[in-house]
Amino acid sequence: MIVTIITQAIRFGIVFLYGSTGEILIEKAGHLNLGIPGIMCLGGVGGCMGAYWAFRGGAPAAVVVLLAVFMAMLFGGLGGLLYGVFTITMRCNQNVTGLSLTTFGAGVLGFWGTQMGDQGILFARPSSYAFTPSLFFGSSTPNNWFTTIFMSHGVLVYLGIVFAVLVSLVLKKTRIGLSLRAVGENPAAADAAGIPVVRYKYVSCILGAAIAGVGGAFYLLDCTRGSLEYVIDAMGWLAVALVIFSLWRSDISILGSFIFGFLYILPRYIEGVGLAEKEILKVIPYAATALVLIVISFFNKKETQPPASLGLPYFREDR
Amino acid sequence: MERGDWPVYRRSPAYFRKYGYKMEKKLAIELIGITKAFGTKVVANKNVSMDLREGEILSVLGENGSGKTTLMNMIAGIYTPDSGKIIVRGEEVVIKSPIDAFNHHIGMIHQHFKLVDLFTAADNILLGERMPAYSVREEKKRIREAFGQKKAELESKMQEHLQSGGSSSDPACRAMRKELGKARRKTFFASHTRWLVKCGKHIQFNHLARDRVKKLQGTVDRYGFNIDLTRKIYDMSVSEKQTVEIIKVLYRGADILILDEPTAVLTPQEIEKLFSVLRKMRDEGKSIIIITHKLNEVMAISDRVCVLRKGEHIATVETAQTNEKELTDMMVGQKIDLNIKRDLPKDPRPRLQIRDMSVVNKEGRTVVNRVSFDICGGEILGIAGISGNGQKELLEGIAGLQQKSEGDIIFHNPKKDRPVTFYHKDLKQIKAMAAEGFFHYPNGDRVDLTNRNNKEIVRLVNEEQILFYEDEIIDLKDRTPREIQELGIKLSFVPEDRLNMGLVGSMSIVDNMMLRSYRKGNSIFVNRKRPKKLADEIIHDLEVVTPSDLVPVRRLSGGNVQKVLVGREISSSPKVLMVAYPVRGLDINSSYTIYNLLNDQKDRNVAVVYVGEDLDVLLALCDRILVLCGGHVSGIVDARKVTKKELGLMMTTVPDKVETYQYEDLKREETDNGQ
Repeated sequence: MIVTIITQAIRFGIVFLYGSTGEILIEKAGHLNLGIPGIMCLGGVGGCMGAYWAFRGGAPAAVVVLLAVFMAMLFGGLGGLLYGVFTITMRCNQNVTGLSLTTFGAGVLGFWGTQMGDQGILFARPSSYAFTPSLFFGSSTPNNWFTTIFMSHGVLVYLGIVFAVLVSLVLKKTRIGLSLRAVGENPAAADAAGIPVVRYKYVSCILGAAIAGVGGAFYLLDCTRGSLEYVIDAMGWLAVALVIFSLWRSDISILGSFIFGFLYILPRYIEGVGLAEKEILKVIPYAATALVLIVISFFNKKETQPPASLGLPYFREDR
Repeated sequence: MERGDWPVYRRSPAYFRKYGYKMEKKLAIELIGITKAFGTKVVANKNVSMDLREGEILSVLGENGSGKTTLMNMIAGIYTPDSGKIIVRGEEVVIKSPIDAFNHHIGMIHQHFKLVDLFTAADNILLGERMPAYSVREEKKRIREAFGQKKAELESKMQEHLQSGGSSSDPACRAMRKELGKARRKTFFASHTRWLVKCGKHIQFNHLARDRVKKLQGTVDRYGFNIDLTRKIYDMSVSEKQTVEIIKVLYRGADILILDEPTAVLTPQEIEKLFSVLRKMRDEGKSIIIITHKLNEVMAISDRVCVLRKGEHIATVETAQTNEKELTDMMVGQKIDLNIKRDLPKDPRPRLQIRDMSVVNKEGRTVVNRVSFDICGGEILGIAGISGNGQKELLEGIAGLQQKSEGDIIFHNPKKDRPVTFYHKDLKQIKAMAAEGFFHYPNGDRVDLTNRNNKEIVRLVNEEQILFYEDEIIDLKDRTPREIQELGIKLSFVPEDRLNMGLVGSMSIVDNMMLRSYRKGNSIFVNRKRPKKLADEIIHDLEVVTPSDLVPVRRLSGGNVQKVLVGREISSSPKVLMVAYPVRGLDINSSYTIYNLLNDQKDRNVAVVYVGEDLDVLLALCDRILVLCGGHVSGIVDARKVTKKELGLMMTTVPDKVETYQYEDLKREETDNGQ
């Protein structure tokens, strides 16, 4: 029982991890992208399409997964590009742009999903390539608690962790990360230091959205095993909350995603509780985020604050 | 004067060692006909032509809004000129961004430091550094040359060895084979894995090594800076931040340094330190532009002075061949009457009495320590002191903005023989005060309201029949600014930080006027008519330069922002007016406008408190000067008699016997009362 819960927690946590890793990348460039839920929906559409095409073409398992990831990143990236054009070049309000992108993404998923349903296209079989562990470890692994928790997942789970570690390393250990953080903290200083601020902002918006897009695809292909569910935007909001919970650090967000995943699936495994009470229990992750916000405001350390120019547009000749 | 006539004696020995005695004076930067406009109305630079020679310090002098910073920003790539040419070291260039400026070895140190607070000094210096030019082709060629020949040699040697019947397993051959393998590998990598090598180089460059501080230490030591590079910027003082900015520019290899008002935020000792660093850099052959409007600094540091006025280039002169007066004339275009009007205070009476006031700041340090003094109506009380000695906290404490303040602040509302109104007192309060004997009728009888009904009282008040018997005395201790306002105490405060504490930067002038009046009236909609009228009056009377009254105030230049703020504060006809550094960053004409406004208020019997940094202004404008040193009062002196030297001494040390100057009238009154 415990093992099952932990395994499921990891699986659902990875959805949040993708979303929050992408959002961290975007927020570090000073952009508050509330369109992450919508971008995850778009990524879900792209991922399912990619997997379906490759599967119908009779491609091997690796290609099916790769094409799914590629398409998810493409769709997510396009959403990020849209967001970037509006907020970086046209300097629109970031919150409004993000929220409309969320509405747009959820709408696209709903429209496309219904179309697929009408045509009777199912994604259960293509998605099996994504969630079968055999792609990674082979089927000969022994069956004990360790392998169940750590090795029974599809390849996308590990990809999510790789993304998170990579983003964390780049942000912390490289000049690119230093420049990106500078752009988010003080774009005027970054600009004066010769950093191409606009390029950094665009790249991080697109790349972050692409990573978040894989999260949507992962949810549809792995967590729901190919059945189209329209709750991705709810997952997206949790991913945004996870960014705050993990104090804008994607290495902490690996742990945070597990906690969020655990809290998210916990109500399903509690017995003797009515359905209504289970709905109430779903509030726990948000409450935990609020608690973290309260706790960090007590310490008032500059390092645990959001990037200083988060949400503010930057224009060089503005005085 | 021709360029060749540049006086040789002003150069340092190091300069001559580098360039020789008879060199042509090279130009580092030449600007020809630069024009830049913001929008359609504000022309910041009009057809400016100037030049900077190599190895000199050039001062760019001008009033506020004369386009100094804009001009320099165009050299640094922050702005791009609308027309005109920029020539760097003899070549015409287009500087579109700060990166272009770096590529031409131009570095600018901005007035508002461009540093990331959260990073360490070292990271700020490294920020944005570009990878040194690295060509895979060159690298390949180098490896080929180094190993290709060796490989060929070894191969032929091997062949010889085998042909001459040598065994392939003897030690000599084995060693040879090892060498050959190494050479083959190297040449193979050089020719077939270019992208890999390049990636490797990029990763190597991109990696933030732990010993990055050590690498930077060289630059720090060379110019004799004293700074810990591992500290975070938000922990640093202003002068340290400036040092980081200078190191950053030097580390990038800039030969042309532009400093935008570097001394505005420094103490005299720090300025001297900065100047010695600048001289050292000049002696190493660097060309330096320093923007300033302090004439004594221009005379002290620069080789030449370039004067701008209203966006136009007036003249560039040798510092040695000019003087401060001439420069002032060029800068303002007309002779200014340096005498500030000053009348004797008329009937000075204590308006605010501050007794044993102490303020503890956020860090728990006592910044104002048991300060006692009076502020009289009809005088200008100057507050002098080195910045950061409690001036700001003292004023904020009086205005009710400091949470942790102790002591009494007693306000004398000059109400004697003036009618009471419902504007600040309600019926209940008036009744209570009448019972305590606060009022009298115009004929001198004491007011007794016990037998009168409310209607009658209202009628009496409206007919102005009830007058105050004495000045009203109110204790302001522990009151918020709003409470003070609601008590009917007209206390105006012009804070040091105009755009954050005084005005809302993104709101228009009209809306900023409304900040003081929006609570008035009973309508749920705000009344914009009166604020608009007031805004237009201020724009007209104080000559605020603005396209319209709906422009966000942060778009205005510093002087105009200050005029708007002071104008608003004066418009409420205050009883006490406190101004902190009102002319900081303002040009001379705007400064005089402010001085005249303060004098007007003094004539109206307002108690004016003026916190300033320029001792000459304090001595010329104020009636009395209070000197603060480390949060203590080190003396209150007569501004007409005290000398600059005495003030300077009091600013640095608290004397054993603190002098307290008082007006003769008040002194006489006090002794009369004593008898």
